[in-house]
Amino acid sequence: MDFVCNLPFFCIVLALASGVVSSVLKPKAAKAVSIILVSLSCICSLLVLLYTIRTGTSFTYMMGHFPAPFGNEIRAGVLEGVMASFFSVIMLLALLGGEKYLKVDIEEPKQNLYFVLINLLLSSLLALVYTNDLFTAYVFVEINTISAGGLIMIRSNGHSMLAATKYMIMSLLGSGLLLIGITLQYDLTGHLLMSNIQESIAVLAANGEYTVPLTVIIGLISVGIAIKSALFPFHAWLADAYGYSTASSAAILSSLVSKAYIFLLIKIMYRVIGTTVFWDSKITNVFFVLGVAGMLFGSISAIKEHDMRRMIAFSSVAQIGYIYMGLGFGTELGMVAAVFHILSHAATKSMLFVACRGLSEVSGNKKDFSDLKGSGFRNKIAGVAFSVGAFSMVGVPLFAGFISKLYLTSAALETVSIKMVVAVIILAVSTILNALYFVRAVISIYTPRNEHYRDASFRPGVTFSIGMVCFIAINFILGLASHPLIVAIEQGLRMFS
Amino acid sequence: MKPRSDYEQSAWRRLVRFVDGESLADAERRAEEMRENDAQSQQAADTEAELSFEQQEKEDREDRKRRLETEHEKEAMALLEKYRNWPKEHGVKIFGRLYAIMAVLLCLIIIVTLLVTVSYLPEFGQPDNPNNNEVVRKYNEMGLEETGATNIVAGMILDYRAFDTLGESHVLFVAAVCVMILLRLELTKDGKPTDKKRAAEENDRLYEPKNDKILQLSAKILVPIIIMYGIYVILNGHLSPGGGFSGGAIIGAGLILYVNAFGFKEATKILNRKNYAVISVVPLLFYALAKGYSFFTGANHLESGIPKGTPGHILSSGLILPLNICVGLVVACTMYHFYTLFRKGGM
Repeated sequence: MDFVCNLPFFCIVLALASGVVSSVLKPKAAKAVSIILVSLSCICSLLVLLYTIRTGTSFTYMMGHFPAPFGNEIRAGVLEGVMASFFSVIMLLALLGGEKYLKVDIEEPKQNLYFVLINLLLSSLLALVYTNDLFTAYVFVEINTISAGGLIMIRSNGHSMLAATKYMIMSLLGSGLLLIGITLQYDLTGHLLMSNIQESIAVLAANGEYTVPLTVIIGLISVGIAIKSALFPFHAWLADAYGYSTASSAAILSSLVSKAYIFLLIKIMYRVIGTTVFWDSKITNVFFVLGVAGMLFGSISAIKEHDMRRMIAFSSVAQIGYIYMGLGFGTELGMVAAVFHILSHAATKSMLFVACRGLSEVSGNKKDFSDLKGSGFRNKIAGVAFSVGAFSMVGVPLFAGFISKLYLTSAALETVSIKMVVAVIILAVSTILNALYFVRAVISIYTPRNEHYRDASFRPGVTFSIGMVCFIAINFILGLASHPLIVAIEQGLRMFS
Repeated sequence: MKPRSDYEQSAWRRLVRFVDGESLADAERRAEEMRENDAQSQQAADTEAELSFEQQEKEDREDRKRRLETEHEKEAMALLEKYRNWPKEHGVKIFGRLYAIMAVLLCLIIIVTLLVTVSYLPEFGQPDNPNNNEVVRKYNEMGLEETGATNIVAGMILDYRAFDTLGESHVLFVAAVCVMILLRLELTKDGKPTDKKRAAEENDRLYEPKNDKILQLSAKILVPIIIMYGIYVILNGHLSPGGGFSGGAIIGAGLILYVNAFGFKEATKILNRKNYAVISVVPLLFYALAKGYSFFTGANHLESGIPKGTPGHILSSGLILPLNICVGLVVACTMYHFYTLFRKGGM
């Protein structure tokens, strides 16, 4: 076995251990540990990705001295590599971009605990990506949920406490449904390893046995994950959680935490239930309907907002709707489009959140449109980043959002049912709605007003600028050179089944 | 240039307002200001043209007439008012009730669905159930030989599926971190308590025991027994039911009883902030290191070199005993720390 195969396991255990160490370090040292860890995880995940692309196969890694159905196991293929490296890169940039504001938003003696949560969150994200065992996935879902709640709560004002409470209630409900689903599944198959479950379920489905419990299992797991990733009717926690937490937290929550759950759902779809059984169960129709509704209602809520952060948060509801619509087509192309949209939305939304914090910094730390007017001139790099993000969300060519809309539309045109008509119409309507609020936001930040906020000595800060420039670069790379990534996603999905 | 009177309502103005992110309230305020300005200039003009006494009387008369006319208009107004206030007074109540009914219905539907599903599941305890497969058989037959643990549950959670348990102990750790974020009151940089912390300490004096002889005597007898039993449960985790989680909880309960009987002054002699940091970090790090080593050797098919010992002896079953001790220490300290956090924001 090549040495590269050890890297996923190293990253996960190292992240857990450094989280524990950070709890007794001084804030500065904890920050250094965290940033080194996330960069290391970027490098390792990229190496794993290159290795899997070169060998063209996936590999499993035995966690301990016992082979798979008895002991634990992790698995890495091309898609896992793509996701892990992408998550690590976005996390690093979100940390760099929002690093300056952590000092403002969090009490000094508690700052090291923030990095404890970040390290544990990273370990759980990596474990959710690499896991090949349903119960391991659930354990790390727990770590993910609690540390995400901590990331919202650590700002310690009334709003963020309320937001964290809402988040915990909804998210634990989701975890509970997921756990019931896993338990029922264990009763039917007696396995927790993904590939073994798939074999047993294929046999059950072929014999037509236990169809009722099987349907309920699929429903419970899907609804549980949908609640945790804020699909439309379950998005009540989202606006507060993203709107009132500190900038890095909002970026990480919106672009990594909810996306990791969707990736877990895709993994369950392919490797646990099996695509044929999953698509036959018609739950994809539910995804489609809710996704489409989310695209409309998320945008409408965003249009009504006067608070820029909350507007971006509501736009997440619409974008999650796009992803679930892609899953809802129930075709290979739809899956590719959904996975690509996970990536493009993660890159864009985290940039928007951090840039928005940069803009509000030069507007007296207020987030209302009327206060943010002219902030694009006061903090130039944040203004440019915000505009790039906004155009990408609308789907202007050259930017990442355009490619994902292109693939979603072609996936829609490929299906031959009523879904095609609905999807194409709603995609058009939703694009117009997106444009309505994002273009308005861009015009607003470039309207020369509020001169009294101008501070000649203001500098955006080195880490913030680095973060923003990298985010912009990633957006253009995704928009201009998406082909290799699409090929990798297709290859990864083929490895799944 | 003065805008037209209906400018505020025009479609263009509404678009501009939307783009500017102004709410309708702002626009109304501006319109009102404009109207006020108009009214003021009007008044100035009025005072210039002085009203005669007769004119005023005439106006008064007309006013009275108008008031009579509006008598039944008033009724209409009252009706309108009633409809306007309806949502506030009754609507919310009705909505609340409807909401409660819908919530109960939804819960009932979920409960019924789950119950019906359970009735379709394979019958419990049958030999030919699908969940009786080679995994369970191997755990039962080979467990003792492969892990060296007489207590097969300990063998499963700390050896076969150790990765899950590694995650699970970090769930406990991250929960403790979150409670610390929420409740811990900080010391200043030179280690002195802040005002908030001092107030919490002051408030906590009320709960300190006042030399309660009966409580202290029974605690003196009970606490050593409880802690000894906890240690027994931890150390025998691989031989009999028990282990780090349950033993740690027992020790934690013993510590809390000790604090309640003798007060914090005595208890901080054993456990203070520094001790706590060491006791919670070192075992978890040892856990991660030990398991990391065993995962690495396992995956690369190397010999781990950890002796299994004779099954049934206290020093047996490889890493399970030290790991149980680690988990026990972490759980005991975390329980005690939770208690102090909830009482006065930290030790």
